[in-house]
Amino acid sequence: MFSYCTDPATLDGLTWLSCYLTTGKHLSIYWSVGTVLLLLAITAPVALMFGFGGAAAARSRFAPLSWLGKAYIAVVRGVPDIAFFLFFVIALDQGFEWLRHQVKCPDWDQPIRQGNDFVVCAEAKLPLGNAAQWVHETYGFMLAVLTFSIVFGAFAANVLFGAMRAVPRAQLETAEAYGMTPRQTFWRILVPQMWVFALPGLSNLWMVLIKATPLLFLLGVEDIVYWARELGGAKTARFTDYPHPDWRMWYFFALLVFYLAFTRVSEIVLDRIMKRLTHGQATTGGEAQRKAA
Amino acid sequence: MSCWETIADYGLRSIGIGERLLPREDFTLCQQVTLIGSGMIWNIYFGFMALFSGFFLATTVAMGKAAQNPWLRKPSEWFIFVFRGSPLFIQFFFAYFLFLSLKSVSGFFDVFTSAWLGALVVLFLNTAAYSGEIFYGALLSIPKGDMEAADAYGFSGWARFRKITWPTMLRLAWPAYTNEAIFLFHATTLVYFSGFPAWKQKGDALYYANYFADKTFNPFVPYPILAGYFILLTLIIIGGFGLINRRLNRHLPQNTRSKIRLRPTLMR
Repeated sequence: MFSYCTDPATLDGLTWLSCYLTTGKHLSIYWSVGTVLLLLAITAPVALMFGFGGAAAARSRFAPLSWLGKAYIAVVRGVPDIAFFLFFVIALDQGFEWLRHQVKCPDWDQPIRQGNDFVVCAEAKLPLGNAAQWVHETYGFMLAVLTFSIVFGAFAANVLFGAMRAVPRAQLETAEAYGMTPRQTFWRILVPQMWVFALPGLSNLWMVLIKATPLLFLLGVEDIVYWARELGGAKTARFTDYPHPDWRMWYFFALLVFYLAFTRVSEIVLDRIMKRLTHGQATTGGEAQRKAA
Repeated sequence: MSCWETIADYGLRSIGIGERLLPREDFTLCQQVTLIGSGMIWNIYFGFMALFSGFFLATTVAMGKAAQNPWLRKPSEWFIFVFRGSPLFIQFFFAYFLFLSLKSVSGFFDVFTSAWLGALVVLFLNTAAYSGEIFYGALLSIPKGDMEAADAYGFSGWARFRKITWPTMLRLAWPAYTNEAIFLFHATTLVYFSGFPAWKQKGDALYYANYFADKTFNPFVPYPILAGYFILLTLIIIGGFGLINRRLNRHLPQNTRSKIRLRPTLMR
């Protein structure tokens, strides 16, 4: 990266470190921080959508739909999330391939599960066998995003379901008295009012989501954990210009600090938002603000 | 091979008793149920031991965080911040590599690189931090009247803590603490995916479930089995903690007792 980095063997101290930390491989670990942020940026709104759907379904007056919503909330919370991550990555992949198989190869006569193999026709493979490397990586990443969204959608559904029930009953009754249909009551009265009640739970969820991002590693994405293990391992002078002993401990220490900083900043920002939202509300928090002012 | 033989061979496989080789082909449902169940031994071991030992440290940390003296308060605050602010997965990795480097300094740390102790230490500190925060919250919400009544009766020092502060704190914290216990048991599944090696394929339930899913390429059998075991475990925890909750609340009028339920806003 820098001009003085041409012969690392002659360098020492901070100059060596500055060269070492800007090698091509180190740039990929910095990029993978971007992957984590991208995952958070996509997952958070999608999971919120899933959660909203789940909570709305659980409230539905149509019994089977409400059972479905409640089962979605209950099952994901009763089972370790990491089991779901490992499950959905394979299950979603096979599900997509199976659907494409049904559409693209209707006259395929062999069974799809042959012993320990899952066989679909070549056109139904995802991604296609001749696809470029970046397609494979993007597909893997999208599967991971979908998996995260399903699992965290259930957590969000739980929070939103609670928030919907926390909206004062009188508000909904008033809406009914004004002649609103259930649909109108839901969209015009319930949904706008539930966010204040949902925010503490959702901010907690955001923290949990941040702390779940290293699990990307288990889903086969080359994320920061992957690179920390790769780069930290002992290197001999034969394979690299920057030989060093086993430094994985320090790499993971750096990750620890990164996550601590990330959660701390989120905490401060979320506290600000909460203060802004409780301002003037007829709740204990709002009352405390009024007294302090 | 009948199912009873499979259970005899693999029932205690996760702690190294029974058949040495794992099944390699023609996986039967019985084998999957038995081996995954066998792995649950480790999940229960980690969860139970960490919860039990973490309870005492959590009480200490909560008292520390509530203390006036900054020499007690600051370390407790930092302890809670570090363990609650970073992912458990990274903590496992860091601890494993830390123990690995310490091993070269002193042979004493040799045992810490194996999961049964090393991962237990991490889980112990982790749950102590989370429960410590819960207990601290409960400590702050002890009704003022209770403490005034204790003063009026002449309680002070250790007796006041033992008879009034601590039981009230536990009573208030118990529903949230139940939740923490459930999540701790769920977190034990991370152990064998985070650096700590599973020697001789002695792993936990998720390790075996993952083994079967990899071999059969069919996730629809092993993971639901695992889910079943964990739902059962969760119900047992809720039941057990419910009994303790009843005892903690036994002096209260019937209608003011708090019931245990999963709380949406309190989670790890």
